[in-house]
Amino acid sequence: MDTAPSGFAIAQHACPVLESAPVGQRYHRLVVAAPGLAVRTRPGQFCHLLCRDAGGNGPYLRRPMSIWRIGTDGTLGFLLHVKGRGTAALARLRPGDALDVVGPLGVGFSLPPGARRVLVLARGVGLATLAPLNALPVAVHAVLSARAPEDLMAAEFGASSFEAVFDSDGSSAPAAVEALLRRRFERERPDAVFTCGSNRLFLLLQRLAAEYGIPGQVALEQQMGCGLGMCFCCVRDIRDDAGQVTHQRVCREGPVFDLQRAMSW
Amino acid sequence: MVRLATRIGGLTLANPVMPASGTFGPELAEVMDLNRLGALVTKSVTPEARLGNALPRLAETENGLLNSIGIPGKGLAHFTAKAMPEWRRFRVPLVVSLSAPSVAEFARAAAVLAATPGVAAIEANISCPNLEEDGRAFAMLPDSAAAAVAAIRAASALPLWVKLSPNTADIAAVARACEAAGAEALVVANTILGLAIDIETARPKLGASMGGFSGPAFKPIALRLVWQCAQAVGIPIIGVGGISTAEDAVEFMMAGASAVQVGTASFVQPTAMLDVLDGLAAFCARRGITDVAQLVGMALPARERLAAE
Repeated sequence: MDTAPSGFAIAQHACPVLESAPVGQRYHRLVVAAPGLAVRTRPGQFCHLLCRDAGGNGPYLRRPMSIWRIGTDGTLGFLLHVKGRGTAALARLRPGDALDVVGPLGVGFSLPPGARRVLVLARGVGLATLAPLNALPVAVHAVLSARAPEDLMAAEFGASSFEAVFDSDGSSAPAAVEALLRRRFERERPDAVFTCGSNRLFLLLQRLAAEYGIPGQVALEQQMGCGLGMCFCCVRDIRDDAGQVTHQRVCREGPVFDLQRAMSW
Repeated sequence: MVRLATRIGGLTLANPVMPASGTFGPELAEVMDLNRLGALVTKSVTPEARLGNALPRLAETENGLLNSIGIPGKGLAHFTAKAMPEWRRFRVPLVVSLSAPSVAEFARAAAVLAATPGVAAIEANISCPNLEEDGRAFAMLPDSAAAAVAAIRAASALPLWVKLSPNTADIAAVARACEAAGAEALVVANTILGLAIDIETARPKLGASMGGFSGPAFKPIALRLVWQCAQAVGIPIIGVGGISTAEDAVEFMMAGASAVQVGTASFVQPTAMLDVLDGLAAFCARRGITDVAQLVGMALPARERLAAE
């Protein structure tokens, strides 16, 4: 296993904030300098962030945050939906402040051998978790679902090839997305599919991928305590090799799970 | 150099800092050197496999948290066959936390642990519900606590630590009963029962409704419990509850604890135990204390306890 200079696979880092800026009405981007961490981080992994502003204000526990950008220049980026005390504290950080980061954590995405073309299906800020797939040596086509065009964040996702669907015009309705995916699977069948951010879209993709025989993965979210696998707070129902439903830790066995083994949440 | 070696009954630890059961696992070896600790303490092992409680299992509060994890695990047979080989990789004494739903089950499981190479001590988690007493925790009353302790004592010659619960009317009486029944040390204390409600849904925040409260906000209560137990018994006490810093550990030792466990703090600072250990040595050095054991009971009104050790 890859280890930090400390000799340990996971470490706590005090990362200087380089950029901190709102994205649209509800989101925020944070970019930090994390040279020792960024080189060891794989797409789909997450970090456990101490959500304290420069004055030390914020909740007691850390918050798990998926990694949006893994910079080749030693930076890490996080794209947050600002919705609670923790993310509000993170959004108050300014360049020069320090962000306390534990990572890299969890099991990231994996491509099937020989994969050349993949499809990602993202809802809302779930696209942040999927964005690092763009750095892999495959052609990525994205289907991005958002409330309205102003919430889309297509630039933040960074794919050269994407389609957008919206609640505001009805194009994100499950039947419409299903028709879109079927067209895609029949014309340009992907070698693998990935999703994050919506239970409804997960169920749709799981069903269609099974029908078309396409392998896939889903990145799950869950409330966490330790982020390291010790507290068993973040379990979800996942089918094991024998098809039995088991509890697996999103922080440890996940956050990325096989699309067919994961279950509705 | 400050002498850090700590005697807990028949067991000598390299230092008095160890994890609290339930907040620790071999996973932490990916973050720090576990061999620097005084002991390792497993999550509670139960005779049978358990799924654990309904989610959510955690509710954050100001400076603390409520948990209702529900002791999920694969059971004792899996533990001895599959988990123990992993634990035996570490050089530090391994304390196995044991929980069971009846006195007889405690005894049977203790006998299995006694026959398992690599187990240095048993920490009896008697805060679990006793199915023979309408689900009241063994640790609530002196008689039920003593019954569990006596049964484990009879079934196993391993050093026996007993983890007491704050959820009792008279912890000194429970402590004395456990000592009389054969406990070699007391771990004081487990989490205290608490509740949090989501006011938007008017439902408890935890899937299991009530949960155990831990973290810095719980520290004054745990410290008081240690203080009371230290004046009630002659066996060593291991202090636990809200310890995040070396200063917290010093307080617990001055209240009568011979060693300390760090739990919830490791969720926020994964290397909290090493910070506590290094800070404890630094505090002793600064105060001219040559042996960490000199701290034990320093703040107690009855100094006779120090002489007894």
